[in-house]
Amino acid sequence: MSAPSSSRGATGTATARPGPGAVRLTALHTRAQLLETVRVPVAVVGTIVFPTLTMLFFVVPQPFADVPARATAATAQISLFAVMSVCLFTYGVGVAEDRALPWDSYLRTLPVGAGPRLAGRLLNGLAFALASLVPLVLVAWLLTAATLPLDRLLLTTGALAAAALPMLGLGLWIGYRMTTKAALAVAQALLLPLAFGGGLFLPPDLFPGWLDAVSRWLPTRAGRDLVVSATTGVDLPATTWPVLAAWGLLTAALAVRAYRRDEGRRFR
Amino acid sequence: MTSHPAPEATGPDADAPPLARLVGATRRYGDVVALDGVTLDVPAGQLLGLLGPNGAGKSTLLQLLCGLRRPTSGTVELFGRPPWEPAGRARLGMTPQETGLPPTLRVGEVVDVVAGHHPDPVPTAELLERFGLAELRRRQTGGLSGGQKRRLAVALAFVGRPRLVLLDEPTTGLDVDARHDLWDAVREYHRGGGTVVLTSHYLEEVEALAERVVVVDRGRVLVDGTLDEVRSAVPARRVRLRAAALPDLGAERVVSHGDHHELWATDADALVRRLVQSGSEFSELEVSSPSLEEAFLAVTAAGGQDRGTHDRGTHDHGTHLHGEQHRTPTRDPRPAQTSEGPR
Repeated sequence: MSAPSSSRGATGTATARPGPGAVRLTALHTRAQLLETVRVPVAVVGTIVFPTLTMLFFVVPQPFADVPARATAATAQISLFAVMSVCLFTYGVGVAEDRALPWDSYLRTLPVGAGPRLAGRLLNGLAFALASLVPLVLVAWLLTAATLPLDRLLLTTGALAAAALPMLGLGLWIGYRMTTKAALAVAQALLLPLAFGGGLFLPPDLFPGWLDAVSRWLPTRAGRDLVVSATTGVDLPATTWPVLAAWGLLTAALAVRAYRRDEGRRFR
Repeated sequence: MTSHPAPEATGPDADAPPLARLVGATRRYGDVVALDGVTLDVPAGQLLGLLGPNGAGKSTLLQLLCGLRRPTSGTVELFGRPPWEPAGRARLGMTPQETGLPPTLRVGEVVDVVAGHHPDPVPTAELLERFGLAELRRRQTGGLSGGQKRRLAVALAFVGRPRLVLLDEPTTGLDVDARHDLWDAVREYHRGGGTVVLTSHYLEEVEALAERVVVVDRGRVLVDGTLDEVRSAVPARRVRLRAAALPDLGAERVVSHGDHHELWATDADALVRRLVQSGSEFSELEVSSPSLEEAFLAVTAAGGQDRGTHDRGTHDHGTHLHGEQHRTPTRDPRPAQTSEGPR
């Protein structure tokens, strides 16, 4: 084996040659992360199939599956659940795992800033969220009375994205703040209470009064109301936007703080 | 590959700014001081060996140089910039830890990821060919042997045609042949004008490669000099024996625990001769050539309890051995530590 000489650099002739731009680096990191994930089929299948299974078990057999408005709302709720679990697991647990790996440390020594690596991560999560929505929407379309007029599709996508923002912040905060084990525990501890309390499994009109009152303060409830309103056109409660915005700002601040303080593993 | 000697290839250029520099760099982790006021220049074209036991601060030093961590106090520069700025790392080459390759990516893909960060990378096929990995291009890194992983890890340091390469224990776990191949690769890169900072547990490796040796222990630079200067600063042989009463044998350092004695000497033959001629009773005689850093540790550790006849001035932290050795009356205030066994 023989090492390439440092010819160009050592003679000082090519010092000003610029490196690849941010777009190329983002594409590079997105592709590498996707490849890494896709080569572990179990993880992919788990992320993509779980929401659809939830739909099959908890919505399709119910009588309300034949009522268009109810079925559409239920589909919207479970879509948000799918996006939420991607945020908590792909971003929360996934980021914590990556930070513990020497490869992540190595990537930080390459001439690339935090931007392209983070962008690659976000695009990756987006790809998985979309991938998990496809079978979900197919099941809703084929096996329930849920309908989504084309003119509401764009609105619904936007609503899902807005509803996902606090979850994204929460996921990134977990990922950059915690170790893998803690991240897994916290993500699991948050997922089901937030999903149930936010009315993603049972619609909130079935909640007792006290639970409904608590629920209105949760980011998942605000997100759920937004997405359901986008799909079915029901009125939006006045609390939705303020609650969503407050949670969005809070989790974003937490995530940014955790990200700035992160130096990979906290030991030598 | 034929090397084209660059202007710097003849040796470090005294006028050129250093490629990397630490000035009073201290790094703490909570209460633990991993690096304690280290000042170090890495001039262009130098091959610098960093020696020291685990936990000495070598890794922290490299992590500061490559921007993974920031100093708690003091400054660190890479090509005249803070290393945590991506542009500062443009001409830096580094090896990941062997266990750190993403197991599901193929060898070629891993090289491509790294190459994508550089303006003028070595073509992947060419790089793999040079490091004897061409046939493994389609293999996932998780399926490689330890030696193959290490070769890939080292190859990655050279993808971007770096001016400075940081090699963190590049040959740990390699067999002798692979180790020598890797040494050749490092030498060739250095001949072509490249600058290398290498950490190692092995004196042999540092002897084979480095022009300059820096010994680090407990976060401080113990010794910094040429290999010859460093070697002459410590006795090279360790003589162990048991004796009820030990005569003065002219050892450079003696550490005694009851009737167990450890004597350090440059010339062990003469010492053993004197021992035999003295006629004293002894048993369990053992002569060994410990690693350079073991010798340093024994010497520094002995500071608190030695009754040796010479003080070779190796305890003064940060002593530069350029030219003559400093003789210093400073005693190392730290408690003695035992340095038994392989590190």
